[in-house]
Amino acid sequence: MISCPMPVSGYDRVVLGHGSGGRLSAELIQRVFLPALGNDILGALEDQATLPAIAGRIAVTTDAYVVRPIFFPGGDIGSLAVHGTVNDLAVGGAVPLHLTAAFILEEGLLLTDLERIVQSMRHACQACNIHVVAADTKVVERGKGDQIYITTTGVGLVPDGRVLSVHAAQPGDRIILSGTLGDHGIAVLSCREGLEFETKLASDSAPIIKLVEVLLAAAPRTRCMRDPTRGGLSSALHEIAAASGIGVELDESAIPIRDEVRGACEMLGLDPLYVANEGKLVAIVPEDEAQHTLAALRAHPQGQDAAIVGRVLAAPRGLVTLRSRIGGTRIVPLLAGEQLPRIC
Amino acid sequence: MKYVEEYRDGDAARTLAAAIARTVTRPWTIMEVCGGQTHSIIKYGVDTLLPPSLEIVHGPGCPVCVTPLELIDRAHAIALRPGVLFASFGDMLRVPGSRGDLLSARAAGADVRVLYSPLDALDLAVKNPEREVVFFAIGFETTAPANAMAVHLARKRGIKNFSVLVSHVLVPPAVEAILRAPDNRVQALLGPGHVCTVVGTAEYEPIARDHHIPVVITGFEPIDLLEGILLAVRQLEAGEARVDNQYSRAVRPEGNPASRQLLAEIFEVSDRKWRGLGEIPGSGYRLRDAYREFDAEQRFDLTTIETNESPICISGRILRGACKPTDCPAFGKACTPATPLGATMVSNEGACAAYYAYGRHLTGHLTPQDAA
Repeated sequence: MISCPMPVSGYDRVVLGHGSGGRLSAELIQRVFLPALGNDILGALEDQATLPAIAGRIAVTTDAYVVRPIFFPGGDIGSLAVHGTVNDLAVGGAVPLHLTAAFILEEGLLLTDLERIVQSMRHACQACNIHVVAADTKVVERGKGDQIYITTTGVGLVPDGRVLSVHAAQPGDRIILSGTLGDHGIAVLSCREGLEFETKLASDSAPIIKLVEVLLAAAPRTRCMRDPTRGGLSSALHEIAAASGIGVELDESAIPIRDEVRGACEMLGLDPLYVANEGKLVAIVPEDEAQHTLAALRAHPQGQDAAIVGRVLAAPRGLVTLRSRIGGTRIVPLLAGEQLPRIC
Repeated sequence: MKYVEEYRDGDAARTLAAAIARTVTRPWTIMEVCGGQTHSIIKYGVDTLLPPSLEIVHGPGCPVCVTPLELIDRAHAIALRPGVLFASFGDMLRVPGSRGDLLSARAAGADVRVLYSPLDALDLAVKNPEREVVFFAIGFETTAPANAMAVHLARKRGIKNFSVLVSHVLVPPAVEAILRAPDNRVQALLGPGHVCTVVGTAEYEPIARDHHIPVVITGFEPIDLLEGILLAVRQLEAGEARVDNQYSRAVRPEGNPASRQLLAEIFEVSDRKWRGLGEIPGSGYRLRDAYREFDAEQRFDLTTIETNESPICISGRILRGACKPTDCPAFGKACTPATPLGATMVSNEGACAAYYAYGRHLTGHLTPQDAA
């Protein structure tokens, strides 16, 4: 065997060899991944994770993360890949237990950036009390990826008696939003090439596990929950309206939106109802549980800006409408494609 | 946001709507000229607050919509040339040409970038000296000064790998063409507020006089629009026809002299073809001879392009206010923002896209009572 004249640890960037399954791969695992994410199950380095039995209903979700830039105000692709998947479990009422992660690295990614991302995942996992039990890494040629893509799969346990269903919304129910809309999408946009505008706005990327517990304790008859990520509040409510065969009416003046987000959306020609959030919760709760649930959410640090933003109507079925601030009415349709910034 | 929230106030809106209802004694048809106004009217449901006898029709002021097919096809062809970096405002990317849109050119390998300012395109040219950077310079009098500035700076800084594909159009000749058309129904105009911040209000005096039609230069927030409609209705009911300036917080009678001077330096008035309206004499800008070296049409040989317009699309009649999007059999069916047959379905400011975005294909005209 010809030994490499360069010590393997001498690379400061990801090279194709890091995905070869050979020595460089092993070194990457030992130097970067295990120190950050290691635990007894992952550290066993088996081809699969063998997990203790779970008694009860199991929730599983999977999500791919392709955010650009990979570091943004308030987070990075690593913490996002944990929060996003954990939150998808949480809105189903599940208590998150395990995570798996697959990394697609682009040749040329700085190893210091990779370490920073993986460390960020570690902190996020600790905050969510969850472990990465299985992981995989592949490397693609330069130009065939966008620095790093991460896919995570989450497994959680749904406690007995918890029944949440997107089909369960009923006329008269209230729509509770846990905080301001659009922070994540606009924070990420604000640092894109050619768009850099000065803002102190940070992404809201965060786990919403505790908010969910507060909400379910206050409103045990909660019909369903969603985390309004891609497609924003609009898409989340459309799913519920379609599945439950009800109408949703939003009250524009009640929807909490930060000034920075509103300003950026005006400037860029975007609608905050469609902009992504990564640490927010929207819940459909019965009318008689709405007010004290709102108070309970507002008492939690992550729910200070919570608001009742609308109500469920018997008709028009499957539609989301909005009562505008001036008293006009319009429909909030599903987004046709990506939102394109407008000319002037 | 201070200075904006005041113009979205619910109480003020109700007061103005009540004043309009008290003033109107018979049917009137008012056209808002500008696409930004169209978008705002539909977004806030301004028209749902008006008495039924007052009809609001939508004008030609969406720059994306009126950019002729030939220019879209030229943009597409230039973008696909090797070595070209093609930059554009975002909503031009999805406008269908006869060979597809710029998004499909990008998917086919063209380097197409979305920018918010032509000056960013100039920066791209400096950073990429081996590339030909082309900016799609479209728009009304509003965007023209920034595009003129980019050309001015390109000359001043000696940037040779920068050019503009010019498709600038002017509001007054288009409005004249609409008012002269035999099927014209427009009885008052809400004039284009942002265009007038640049060029001033003088160009609208002869329009009001010659066509005996009220022109109210109007802003873009719901309170602006309701106030503009009230001013127009008062003139209509009194039989008056003059230029009023509702948007005086932004529009001065003389406009912006520095911008006008820059426009005069870089551009000259020329005939222009409008999508949906056809050729209108003296209705656009082209680069002056002294700046022709920055003209992308000169730089790239584009003589062999033939264009094909959709036979179904009625965007021309919509842009003249003769029809509404809901009059089109294809609206919301064959023609959606995902599959636009004409440009009025593409831009946020296009009447068809605004109607679709706010769900008018689902329920038609929503009134406050319907949703209560």
